[in-house]
Amino acid sequence: MEKIKKYLRVMYILWLRQIKKYSRSRARMIGSLAQPILFLVALGFGFGPIYQKASGENYIQFIAPGIISMSIIFTAMFTGIEVIYDKQFGFLKETLVAPVPRWVIMVGRTLGGATVSTLQGVVVFFISLIVGFRPENFITAPLAIVFMIMIALLFTAFGTAIASRMEDMQAFPLIINFLIMPLFFLSGALFPLDNLPHSIQVITFINPLSYGVDGIRGILTHVTHFGLGTDLLVLCIFVSIILLVGTHLFTKIEA
Amino acid sequence: MKIIEARGLVKKFDDITAVDHISFHVNKGEIFAFLGPNGAGKTTTIKMFTTLLQPTDGTIRINGFDPTTQPHDVRRSFGIIFQDPSTDDDLTAYENLEFHGVLYDIPKDTRRERINELLKIVELESRRNDLVKEFSGGMKRRLEIARGLLHHPTIIFLDEPTLGLDPQTRNHLWDYIKSMNQKEGVTVFFSTHYMEEADRMADRIAIIDHGTIVADGTPKELKDQTSSHSLEEAFLALTGKDMREESATGIDHLRNMRRVWKK
Repeated sequence: MEKIKKYLRVMYILWLRQIKKYSRSRARMIGSLAQPILFLVALGFGFGPIYQKASGENYIQFIAPGIISMSIIFTAMFTGIEVIYDKQFGFLKETLVAPVPRWVIMVGRTLGGATVSTLQGVVVFFISLIVGFRPENFITAPLAIVFMIMIALLFTAFGTAIASRMEDMQAFPLIINFLIMPLFFLSGALFPLDNLPHSIQVITFINPLSYGVDGIRGILTHVTHFGLGTDLLVLCIFVSIILLVGTHLFTKIEA
Repeated sequence: MKIIEARGLVKKFDDITAVDHISFHVNKGEIFAFLGPNGAGKTTTIKMFTTLLQPTDGTIRINGFDPTTQPHDVRRSFGIIFQDPSTDDDLTAYENLEFHGVLYDIPKDTRRERINELLKIVELESRRNDLVKEFSGGMKRRLEIARGLLHHPTIIFLDEPTLGLDPQTRNHLWDYIKSMNQKEGVTVFFSTHYMEEADRMADRIAIIDHGTIVADGTPKELKDQTSSHSLEEAFLALTGKDMREESATGIDHLRNMRRVWKK
């Protein structure tokens, strides 16, 4: 019991560190909002008329959940770079020699990055309201945060796991972009998953982001492809696996 | 009682042998100097002692524990002041110390008290709420030292602790380390390439060169053994060279420069 309390305190201080660092960097806050806004406005209004003609529905209603997911996955994956920063600037050693299991450090870091990413998603949600997005039900809409947290946890842990194996600060963004783009484009964030060519459909089914996007969309617009229960279950499985793998890789870091 | 013990310790990086079958021990309560030129294997040895690197061969005992199989018990036993900066630039001095205090599970009141005390000692009290990125190299170093001492470890490792410090701060620092050593019986293990520092501060010294221990003993024993008047002469007699210039290779110079840049 004492031990658990101690671990929670350590996770809390790691979490707090990341929140503080984030809140002190205004450039990061504003910079990470620019891309989702652009996508929302350019794609939302650009494809809007065509989508309307084809399906009779409003495209902003469709992509807003996708863009919320996008902002989360980007922020989450890129928080992994902090591990490389900490390696380069030496701070990582401070945590590696501490008498605390590495998994506690890994989980604390992941929670910090995930919180920042989730906040980002919430901000994009409010921006989408300005652009014209309307949730079906404002009372149940806050539940979408559950799926935002799941996406954030999954991809923060993923980014951190990759960063654990890397030294090169320049290569990290390249690799992350290389991974994010297919994950994002083949997740149902921008187009419905119905009637896709078979091979693409298979990819969207094994892409964990598909279930995150679907969950958020399900809660906000009451339209889901897989069903909310499946979405949550699949995400839980993915999060557990990635956390385990990430912890394993993080434990192996030598300084 | 032996508190640090290395037996037949080896560390290879690919085909380079950084540490080559070294054996020595440090007694509890001693101030022990690990003296050697740049690139001799001092930092590698300290990293193996502090669980940051796995030895290729040989055994280590730190406070009775094996760093390879009992890393937690070892980590609880020591504090370390790294050679390169390892504070978080985006946090304040106080936050850096607070973070450390929580990692080492120091109760809140004790933590606050010790942080205040240490900030006074390293003369950073007036800068406690400033971000570390605004600090000079020397100030960062002092903060790091305060941090390493915060949890009152049984053993404290200092890797080139006074590199880049002005003489006044250096004296202050040693006064504090000595008093920790005397009052609380903390074992001090420090690496240095300053002979006079080793001579003046250490109860015992091990000299390392090219990854092997050339000699160990009290400063007096080392001098007597080689019938020299200063440690400098002893070192020359033992290794056949003067530590200051000739032993530093181009890579060592680059490494030193990198250290300066990083500050």
